[in-house]
Amino acid sequence: MSMASKVGKDLDKRERIVKRIASDLRDGFYVNLGIGMPTLVANYVPAGMDVILQSENGMLGIGPYPLEGSEDADLINAGKETITEIKGTAYFSSADSFAMIRGGHIDLSVLGAMEVDEEGNLANWMVPGRTVKGMGGAMDLVAGARRVIIAMEHTTREGQPKILKQCTLPLTGVRVVDTIVTEMALIQVTPKGLVLEEIASGLNANEVQRVTEPTLIISPNLRVMES
Amino acid sequence: MNKVVANADEAVRDVSDGATIMVGGFGLCGIPENLIRALVRKGVKNLTTISNNAGVDGFGMGLLLSAGQIRRHIGTYVGENKLLEQMVLQGQIQLDLVPQGTFSERIRAGGAGIPAFFTPTGVGTVVAENKETREFDGRLYLMERALKADFALVKAWKGDKWGNLVYRKTARNFNPMMATAAKITIAEVEHLVDVGELQPDMVHTPSVFVSRVFQGELYEKRIEKRTVRRVASGQ
Repeated sequence: MSMASKVGKDLDKRERIVKRIASDLRDGFYVNLGIGMPTLVANYVPAGMDVILQSENGMLGIGPYPLEGSEDADLINAGKETITEIKGTAYFSSADSFAMIRGGHIDLSVLGAMEVDEEGNLANWMVPGRTVKGMGGAMDLVAGARRVIIAMEHTTREGQPKILKQCTLPLTGVRVVDTIVTEMALIQVTPKGLVLEEIASGLNANEVQRVTEPTLIISPNLRVMES
Repeated sequence: MNKVVANADEAVRDVSDGATIMVGGFGLCGIPENLIRALVRKGVKNLTTISNNAGVDGFGMGLLLSAGQIRRHIGTYVGENKLLEQMVLQGQIQLDLVPQGTFSERIRAGGAGIPAFFTPTGVGTVVAENKETREFDGRLYLMERALKADFALVKAWKGDKWGNLVYRKTARNFNPMMATAAKITIAEVEHLVDVGELQPDMVHTPSVFVSRVFQGELYEKRIEKRTVRRVASGQ
C-alpha cells in the first residue's frame, strides 16, 4: 500500500472512531478529551449542542485553535497547544481542576490506550524499558470521571490485539473503562465481561473476535456502528 | 508593610544548597522566568525541585537541569525533556512522578495544614506501592502526604506591594497552591501595582501567603506548541 493511501486509511479509522464517540455527546455535557486522537472528538460536536470542554490545567470552555498571529502564551490546553476561549469560559487553579475531575463532576472522559482488558483495566501511560514520561492527569481522570470511553485502534501496528484478557503494562486504573470504541467495534465493559454492541459496516463478529483476546459476549441487539 | 524587593537576585538571596523549591507553571505557561534565571546565576546546587514539568531543553527549568543544580525532581510529566531522561538513566537525578491531581492536592494540603488525605487516584497501580489503602463507603483510597517547600517561586500577572496576586488565564495552574505551601513565597509579577489598585473580589492569592514580590522583566513567554486554525477559504 502506498504511503499516501496508508495515511488516508489511518485518518479514516480515526475519523470513524471519534465520530462515533461524538454521537454519544449530549447537550450540557462537561467533557475532558485526552491528548492525541481524543481531541478530534471536538471537531464532531453536533451543531447547536453545548458541550463544554475541560482542560486539566485549569480551564472550562475550550475554543478552537487561534488564528495565526493571535496565539496567547498564557492560553494553552493540556497538550501545551495554544487555544482560544469561548463565551462562558472560566479559569481556575490546578487544585480546583482536579477537585472537579476527582469529585465526579466531569460527565465524560475520552482517552487513548495501549491496552484495555476484560475487567476494564486500563494501561496508557508507561512501557517498561522505554523512557518514563509520567502519568500526568490520566490516573485522576479515570478515577473521577462519570464515564470513561477509550478511543483507540483495535490492534497494534503489528496487528496484535490491544484488548486483552489481562493488561500486561503498568496500569493507569483498575476497572475504570466503561466503553471501548475502535474503528472496528463498540464494546461495553460489563460485570459479565466485554459485550460487543456495535460493529463497523462490512465486518462480522468473528472478524472482530479474531483480533480480540478475551471472548466477546455478542449483544442480542448487535447493530452496525454508525458514524 | 512593603514586601517589594528590587529584582530576582535579591529575591533569592537566602536560597542555599540543598533547598526544596516549588516552581509554578504548566509546561512553559506561567513559569517564573526571572526567578529561574536568578537561581542559575546564583549557582545553588543539590536542589529538590517540585514542579509539574521540568521545562524544555534550554529554557525554564531546563536551564537548572543543564547546569547540574537539581538533585531530585518531583513532578507529573517530564516527556519533553531529553536531558532529564538521560540524567535519570545515569543516576544523576532522582525523579518522583506523581499523578497530577494528587500532586495538586498534596501541595494544597501542604499549605492548608492537612498532613495527609485519601484519594482514589492510583489505587491498583504502581502509585499505590508502600502506601496505606483504606476503604470508605465501599471504595478503596490511597493515603497521600502533604508536600511543602522551603521556597515557592510563583509567577503572577499582577501583584500589589503587599503581595496580593492576580493570575492570567491558564498561567494560573499550580501557582496559587504553591504560594501557600512554602516557608518563603516569592512572587514575580508582570505588573506591580500600589496597594488599593487591585479589586478585592478579584484577588486570587491573598497577601498573607506572599513574603516577597517584585516586577519581572524580559519575559520570553515561549510557546511550546503553536497551533493555529486556517481561515476558511473565501474569507
